[in-house]
Amino acid sequence: MTFVQAMTEPRLAPTLRPASPNGLALLFKGGVNLLATLVFVAVIAQALPHLLAWAVMHGVWQGNGDACRDAGACWVFLRQKGPFILFGIYPETQIWRPIAVVTVLVGLALWTMPRAHWTRITAAAWAGGLLLVLALMAGGVAGLSPVPVSSWGGLPVTLLLTVLSLAFGFPLGLALALARRSSLPLIRCCATGFVELLRGIPVVTLLFAASFLAPLLLPDWIRLENLARALGVFTLVSAAYLCEVLRGGLQGVPRSQWESAQALGLGKRDVLFTVILPQAIRKVLPPLTSTIIVVIKNTSLVMVVGLFDLVSAGRVALNDPAWPMPYAETYLMVGLIYFAICYGVTRYSLHLERTLAEDWQ
Amino acid sequence: MTAARALLTLAGLVASLSACSERPAVPTASGPTLAEVRARGFVRCGAGKDTTGFSAPDAHGHWGGLDVDTCRAIAVAALGSRDKAEFVPLTGQQRITALLTGEIDVLPRTTTWTLQRDAGGINFTIPNYYDYTAFMIGAESGAKTLRDLDGATVCVQTGSLTEIVFADVARRTRIVLHPVIFDNVQSTRQAFLAGRCDALATDQSALVALRAMKPSHHFTIIPASDDIAPLTPAVRHGDDQWFDIVKFSIEAMLVAEHLGITRANVEAKRQSRDPIIRRFLGVEPGNGRALGLRDDFAYQIVRQVGNYAEVYDINLGAASGLNIPRGPNRLRRDGGLMVPIGFY
Amino acid sequence: MRRQLASRDLLRWWLPQALFALAVAVVGAITMFVAAQNLSVRGIVLDFDFLSSTARFPLSESVLAYSPSSTFARALVAGLGNTVLLALVVSVFSTLLGIPLALARRSSHPLAIGTAGTFIDAVRNTPLVVQLLFWYGVLTVTLPPPGNALQPIPGIFLNDRGLYITSFGITGTALPLFLVAMGGLLVVAVLAWRGRLHQASVVTLAGVIAASVLWLSLGLGIAPDVPHLDRYNFVGGVSLTPEFAAVALGSILYASGFAAEIIRAGIAAVPAGQWDACRAMGLSERQCLRLVIVPQALRVMVPPMTNQFAAILKNSTLALVVGYPDLNSIANTTMNHTGHALECVALVALIYFTLAAMISLGMALLERRSGRWAL
Repeated sequence: MTFVQAMTEPRLAPTLRPASPNGLALLFKGGVNLLATLVFVAVIAQALPHLLAWAVMHGVWQGNGDACRDAGACWVFLRQKGPFILFGIYPETQIWRPIAVVTVLVGLALWTMPRAHWTRITAAAWAGGLLLVLALMAGGVAGLSPVPVSSWGGLPVTLLLTVLSLAFGFPLGLALALARRSSLPLIRCCATGFVELLRGIPVVTLLFAASFLAPLLLPDWIRLENLARALGVFTLVSAAYLCEVLRGGLQGVPRSQWESAQALGLGKRDVLFTVILPQAIRKVLPPLTSTIIVVIKNTSLVMVVGLFDLVSAGRVALNDPAWPMPYAETYLMVGLIYFAICYGVTRYSLHLERTLAEDWQ
Repeated sequence: MTAARALLTLAGLVASLSACSERPAVPTASGPTLAEVRARGFVRCGAGKDTTGFSAPDAHGHWGGLDVDTCRAIAVAALGSRDKAEFVPLTGQQRITALLTGEIDVLPRTTTWTLQRDAGGINFTIPNYYDYTAFMIGAESGAKTLRDLDGATVCVQTGSLTEIVFADVARRTRIVLHPVIFDNVQSTRQAFLAGRCDALATDQSALVALRAMKPSHHFTIIPASDDIAPLTPAVRHGDDQWFDIVKFSIEAMLVAEHLGITRANVEAKRQSRDPIIRRFLGVEPGNGRALGLRDDFAYQIVRQVGNYAEVYDINLGAASGLNIPRGPNRLRRDGGLMVPIGFY
Repeated sequence: MRRQLASRDLLRWWLPQALFALAVAVVGAITMFVAAQNLSVRGIVLDFDFLSSTARFPLSESVLAYSPSSTFARALVAGLGNTVLLALVVSVFSTLLGIPLALARRSSHPLAIGTAGTFIDAVRNTPLVVQLLFWYGVLTVTLPPPGNALQPIPGIFLNDRGLYITSFGITGTALPLFLVAMGGLLVVAVLAWRGRLHQASVVTLAGVIAASVLWLSLGLGIAPDVPHLDRYNFVGGVSLTPEFAAVALGSILYASGFAAEIIRAGIAAVPAGQWDACRAMGLSERQCLRLVIVPQALRVMVPPMTNQFAAILKNSTLALVVGYPDLNSIANTTMNHTGHALECVALVALIYFTLAAMISLGMALLERRSGRWAL
């Protein structure tokens, strides 16, 4: 009796997963799907007429506050208050300046998107653009009338806080990530403590703390504007968040990459910036995007320390007694602006992830 | 090392973004605040973003209100020009801390003079407005007295004396009031107008201002008690000279009204033979010098800002559209509480 | 050789750290010096005595007992109670809502995928502040005043002052009944946790019978407390304020978008081969899910869920914008009335930091537990 296999087993075809039918067919395939479709259709049939009546049929597109009373959506309010919500109490005659600021920032962001544009010139354009933007907002140079920081408001403040806190926070976060991976225990512990402290305390509390810690902890000759203090908080917080993301990325790059790059005769700095960091960032692109979106959304918190960003401008606009407080419309508009920015960043990052993956194959 | 260096770099960057100003060594004999203000070139005043009639920027970003003009008078006294004032918008919760930490030089922001606040590191100068806490309720409720409010929901703003007065009313009269508390004026007002509350509790002046903005509604205003709330600009402990300057900048407007000096006639009054007027306007020197100011500071205040009656009229009276009667804010000789102090 | 190594150690190990320590010490000393000088110039004294003074201010709502005659310390504790309640409610319900969202997005139904996807994108890409303000506006502006309160189900009233639900009180001495019910629930919970469902159902049945017998023998009755309209407001029953409703609803929806993505990623992280292998072992779909897939997915989900719960705790500070009195907002009020800003912020930062650390610790314990499930 032998246990030796005498003949080969017949080769079986791999189990096939059922080919997924196309979308429309799925709506009616099987009891559960059919039921779900019916429920969806019923809900939509119920809600849609109400929504349409509110937004379109009874929506008010022109007129004044009285026209909006006992009517549907008060879109005319947004038309009237739009400039105020977008640019706050910036002097009306100078309104072209915040408009130019937003245009420059959005233009720079769009310009940077194609990877072919990732050059030193673009980096220089950002640096120049930011200086230009700050000069435009503040005035006092090139014949522009000075506008105090307390009059800045709306979208430019939101964009400036986002861009500057990321611009300052990224290098700081990288430094912290490297410090947390350092072989020197003292540096490692200090960086860890700093990051965990910032991550453990709510941003709102940090903003409040900064508004009176800054005058106490800084010498008399440095006076930080409310906006600069908020920027300081956002920079530190985004550095702490980015540190954790980058640390994960750095951990994912094998040690051999360091060794082989150094064997090629590259200096430490070159290895970090040309070999390690690009790989690390590529590995953590999704969490990096979520962190950037958190930073963008965090800028809406400056409202609690009396700064005039998009959200608080919207809230102040609602205060006009001549109008019947169209909450939903106002916050929909503000929400849509944030959504456009954040969703744009998400889609762009997905695109980047895909093209980078193709390149590496 | 890297972290520390990055931190320092960052601090430098953030600092360079903001307005910095070199301050000379603090002179110990005279107060440091005046020296600091002069070196900086402008006075920093705490302001409210939405206290109509007291301090609020208009649609063009120009600040206006009684407290704003008080600050301008102080700027005139310290620096000679009403435009050398900067307004730092503060929420009700931030304002006292901002004064304590030195972010602002003076706090004229509808702040009620109370023992706890006075003892807590700040000094109140003299009241620039006498107010009282009141409840405002829709006229259709039929409420006339505090008792009628039993069971009502009341919108209250935190960080103000109102919330304490509110709690006291409930404790004293044993009526049940349900508070809904917000951190800023807008939310409080919006919640009241949206119907979240039956009544709104705050300073009577703010209630009158709101009522004036909503002519289509009918509201009843019910005082919370007989107590009066003196809204008083405050300064930090420890600088008596600055304390005096703020006090007499406010007094200058009251005394000008008392002496019948207005923006229109102040130039002519310089020729007056009345020794009191001559001393007040600095034609006979001495008063300004005693405070460490220019002798004509009161003249400049009246010329650039106006006397109390004029300032009141523009911001709260007939010319403002709010039409709040002077009431206790009349001069003492007219039966009010405002006492002009001698410029001797 | 050895000496060389020692000197290299000195240069690469001790020197940078010594320099770093020096730099930290110098910066720290300068900051301390400046702060001390600023504090003395401005006459600020640090002490925590104010905590025992009377707070005097009212709170719009509090789960713990509080009145204006309580102390500041008590006010802060009341705020902590509100914060913890809010964070717990949001954590539990957002996770529960996240499960169907994640399943809908993984399903094969195009409408379900589309709806869940749109919802998740919308809540994740707009700031929570905007969402809270939106919901609060919707609740207070669109709901009718108490006079025209909606009554979707008899005994439940909805108006712009909140949701009022009829509560039921038991008349008579109900303590024995209460003890029996509690004991029964405890036994059932332990049995269910251990997976002994049959025994649990037997105990439940026995408990219900025992409770009914006790009810009759003690002569208990039920007295409903139906909310009714007084002059201004509904009184009686159990109520939920629009402030809590707005902040809880907004935060739950917001957090559920993130929870759904975490759960989806967790399920996706279990390779499809695990399903095949499990089925090949002859286990049923349900057994596969319970014994193979969920334990593995949970292990992947624990770290992001830890961050998620910490974020929920931190986001609870936004309750401020809709007027719900959480710890942060009560601390702000306290510093405004006392002027002790530094002390308040130090206290609040410490509390949030401790709570965040406790969440991390709790999730680490859960991770160990989920490791046991896998075995």
